[in-house]
Amino acid sequence: MKLDSKAPEGPLAEKWTKHKFNLKLVNPANKRKYDVIVVGTGLAGASAAASLGELGYNVKAFCFQDSPRRAHSIAAQGGINAAKNYQNDGDSIYRLFYDTIKGGDYRAREANVYRLAEVSVNIIDQCVAQGVPFAREYGGLLSNRSFGGAQVSRTFYARGQTGQQLLLGAYGALNRQIANGKVKMYTRSEMLDVVIVDGKARGIITRDLITGKIESHSAHAVLLCTGGYGNVFFLSTNAKGSNVTAAWRAHKKGALFANPCFTQIHPTCIPVTGDHQSKLTLMSESLRNDGRVWVPKTARPGLKAADAVNIPESERDYFLERKYPSFGNLVPRDVASRNAKYVCDEGRGVGTTGLAVFLDFSDAIKRDGEATIRAKYGNLFDMYAQITGDNPYKVPMMIFPAVHYTMGGLWVDYNLMTTVPGLYALGEANFSDHGANRLGASALMQGLADGYFVIPYTIGDYLAGMPYEKVSTDRPEFKEAIDTVQSRINKLLSIKGKKTVDQFHRELGLTMWDYCGMSRSEKGLKFAKEKIQKLKEEFWSNVAVLGGAGELNQELEKALRVADFIELGELMIDDALNRSESCGGHFREESATPDGEAKRKDDEFAYVAAWEYKGENQSEALHKEELIFENVKLTQRSYK
Amino acid sequence: MKITLKVWRQKDANSKGAFKTYEHSHVSQDMSFLEMLDVLNNELVQKGEEPIAFDHDCREGICGMCSLYINGRPHGPLQTTTCQLHMRSFKDGETITIEPWRAKAFPVVKDLVVDRGAFDRIQRAGGYVSVNTGGVPDANEIAIPKKIADEAFDAATCIGCGACVAACKNASAMLFVSAKVSQFALLPQGQPERKERVEKMVAQMDEEGFGACTNTKACEAECPKGISVANIARMNREYFSAITSSYEVMAKGGGD
Ligand SMILES: Cc1cc2nc3c(=O)[nH]c(=O)nc-3n(C[C@H](O)[C@H](O)[C@H](O)COP(=O)(O)OP(=O)(O)OC[C@H]3O[C@@H](n4cnc5c(N)ncnc54)[C@H](O)[C@@H]3O)c2cc1C
Ligand code: SF4
Ligand code: FES
Repeated sequence: MKLDSKAPEGPLAEKWTKHKFNLKLVNPANKRKYDVIVVGTGLAGASAAASLGELGYNVKAFCFQDSPRRAHSIAAQGGINAAKNYQNDGDSIYRLFYDTIKGGDYRAREANVYRLAEVSVNIIDQCVAQGVPFAREYGGLLSNRSFGGAQVSRTFYARGQTGQQLLLGAYGALNRQIANGKVKMYTRSEMLDVVIVDGKARGIITRDLITGKIESHSAHAVLLCTGGYGNVFFLSTNAKGSNVTAAWRAHKKGALFANPCFTQIHPTCIPVTGDHQSKLTLMSESLRNDGRVWVPKTARPGLKAADAVNIPESERDYFLERKYPSFGNLVPRDVASRNAKYVCDEGRGVGTTGLAVFLDFSDAIKRDGEATIRAKYGNLFDMYAQITGDNPYKVPMMIFPAVHYTMGGLWVDYNLMTTVPGLYALGEANFSDHGANRLGASALMQGLADGYFVIPYTIGDYLAGMPYEKVSTDRPEFKEAIDTVQSRINKLLSIKGKKTVDQFHRELGLTMWDYCGMSRSEKGLKFAKEKIQKLKEEFWSNVAVLGGAGELNQELEKALRVADFIELGELMIDDALNRSESCGGHFREESATPDGEAKRKDDEFAYVAAWEYKGENQSEALHKEELIFENVKLTQRSYK
Repeated sequence: MKITLKVWRQKDANSKGAFKTYEHSHVSQDMSFLEMLDVLNNELVQKGEEPIAFDHDCREGICGMCSLYINGRPHGPLQTTTCQLHMRSFKDGETITIEPWRAKAFPVVKDLVVDRGAFDRIQRAGGYVSVNTGGVPDANEIAIPKKIADEAFDAATCIGCGACVAACKNASAMLFVSAKVSQFALLPQGQPERKERVEKMVAQMDEEGFGACTNTKACEAECPKGISVANIARMNREYFSAITSSYEVMAKGGGD
């Protein structure tokens, strides 16, 4: 298979404009003759469904929560980037493009990233017009902050609830189209397969989560806006329901999966407290501006925060300050995360599990006073106290890295189409714009760029070449897909094994975290692969799923998702094995500089690794999309 | 910790429900309330008993999906969401009663899961600014005084959980509806549709079968996001001014 990115020729800054002009259009009166399915109502899905409805297409939108407003996007805190240069501090579309490509460690497509930076300015205009209450200055204009080490202030925010406010804006636009009858909304409805007719995506199979009814829906095109797959690690900052099923089912029907091993680990999360832990909570990265990260010089198992205050300076190891004197505690996410792991691997981790390091504010409080620290971080300190029961004004916080975002996803071309004609992927579900590492405040930007400003143009080009005829859901392709879904469900219910779905999911997560997380080696990955293959076998012979198929059955919902996560886990390991370079968010132990830092291998790995499904228990085939850099020069990162 | 749980179990919308008692001895005070239920559910599955159905997703207090009426209070003893409540708020040996939200407009789906679709339908009636994608002015063309923007933001933080309805003896949805009406009544972007919006949203609220507001302020006391009842007063003003001015339009015979 030859992967054609369809990235337009010509100067970077003119590519999108030129491309838009060359795209075929659907006459306004004919748009209502086309049906489009949008799976997911997060920032990507809600903005796409609303915009396509406004244009006149007939849209059917789906989500598994009880309301479209509850999609995982709602949880994003920090902000959204846009190259508005409102602060007159030297920002530009080109600078946002450059920062994003570099931040992604040169593993993203230039043309896509430039377009993202270009439409970022429209996103802010759109959201403000919808009434999204961004933070403002006393003069009444919009306020910005600098985020994640950026040299310019280009991040727009709504207190710590940016995702919520952006999603409620898109939810409003979606509601308006539902009220107009242009979008039909299906809540508590989970897509379990995609249906291909004559080589094109023509529909989906869903399960009504209340009645258990399996339903078919047909359309002229299908958009997957189903989010990321961080929950393959069981513990992550993602919402509990976030899953890979839609993308994985599409993958098994022919859509290539790109860079599955590229995951992002966030350094400042609240650590695990015990086996009951169900998810991890992110604490804003801004805390590292004033907090100092340390562990004891010699191992002190079980050290509590309350006892840490008695440990003298001479027995503390401020390991980030020691190893990276110029950046100190402000090294990038991956460096901070990896080093926390190292000290815990050495047995110097703190807290009951030994999987935590201290983030200490006592010096900052001494220097600036408690009031100043409270003004800066009050809500974060309160949240921390509520969850842990510790008072961070008096004792150090404990933090540990956690999985936060997945850069990998379905391979898409410049039009956001997967390798299956008529099947698109938007938002975190695709692989497109963040390379090997995502910069803070850029996922919200990408989701809304895809939904508001890219797909409304690119989908027309495809539909203009499609006949108006609808395909009937009585066709054998739909019947077959229904049968497959039903027999999967029946199989899961009939196993009646001894282990719960959560037990399998935890085991999978732990293996992925230990061997395919921040730091990887060939030996570890091979070991993990065997473990996961065994886990898969055991899952299909020993999982316990109670209840029936024709009712609300949350264990069944989880089992269907975990079954797909197990298969994805294996592919992530294959991808990680293949990519024997240290790059972006992950460190390959065999690929290090003499002083132990990450070493990227541009001559070997400047490509997108896109995997093709080849059948049950077959190895997947690797296809490479070479990345060509015409505008930026590739450089190695250094934080010493 | 050891606790006793009395949990509402109901097979589906059409069945009669009842309380069932569980002794739960594997509780740690570091668990969140939902993790405590996860652990119980895993034990139930291993014993071959059907686990308890409850709604949740983000577990960060922001999606509004979790619910639960705990010991007679929505989201339990603290003014937070159930997912942000931890077991250290309870005593060893305590008996905890868990029920679904109770309101005619929120029918029970199963066990502790209810249908809050009514909230979506109210938002659909007018909880937005009617702008299409594209063709909007530059974001900084509209200056909004910070004080107004902050007040609108406070109203906009409602997570749509429904605790206000569950807390109210009349099962009134006024706090929820007034939060959205206020956000747009305050902002310049909301002005063109200001009257129509409040009329339509209130009409839909009435149609869904929510009760009237008798100013007991139980909603504000239980709202995890601290939405103020001042929004209800504002909505009442908005509503009366809207209906009186629309009568004027009708009296003039409308347009062509
Ligand atoms: C705690 C946290 C904080 C973050 N903060 C920031 C930030 O400050 N700035 C930033 O830029 N990014 C941030 N991110 C990342 C960002 O929030 C996400 O990447 C982004 O919101 C993803 O949006 P989405 O529309 O692609 O998917 P989602 O919002 O995850 O939506 C997925 C949708 O798909 C539906 N769905 C999934 N599977 C199915 C199925 N099988 N059938 C039917 N429906 C399905 C779901 O119901 C949902 O509606 C943060 C992430 C986390 C976890
Ligand atoms: S007003 Fe408060 S209690 Fe009511 S739905 Fe909104 S957040 Fe929940
Ligand atoms: S689970 Fe999202 S608010 Fe509680």
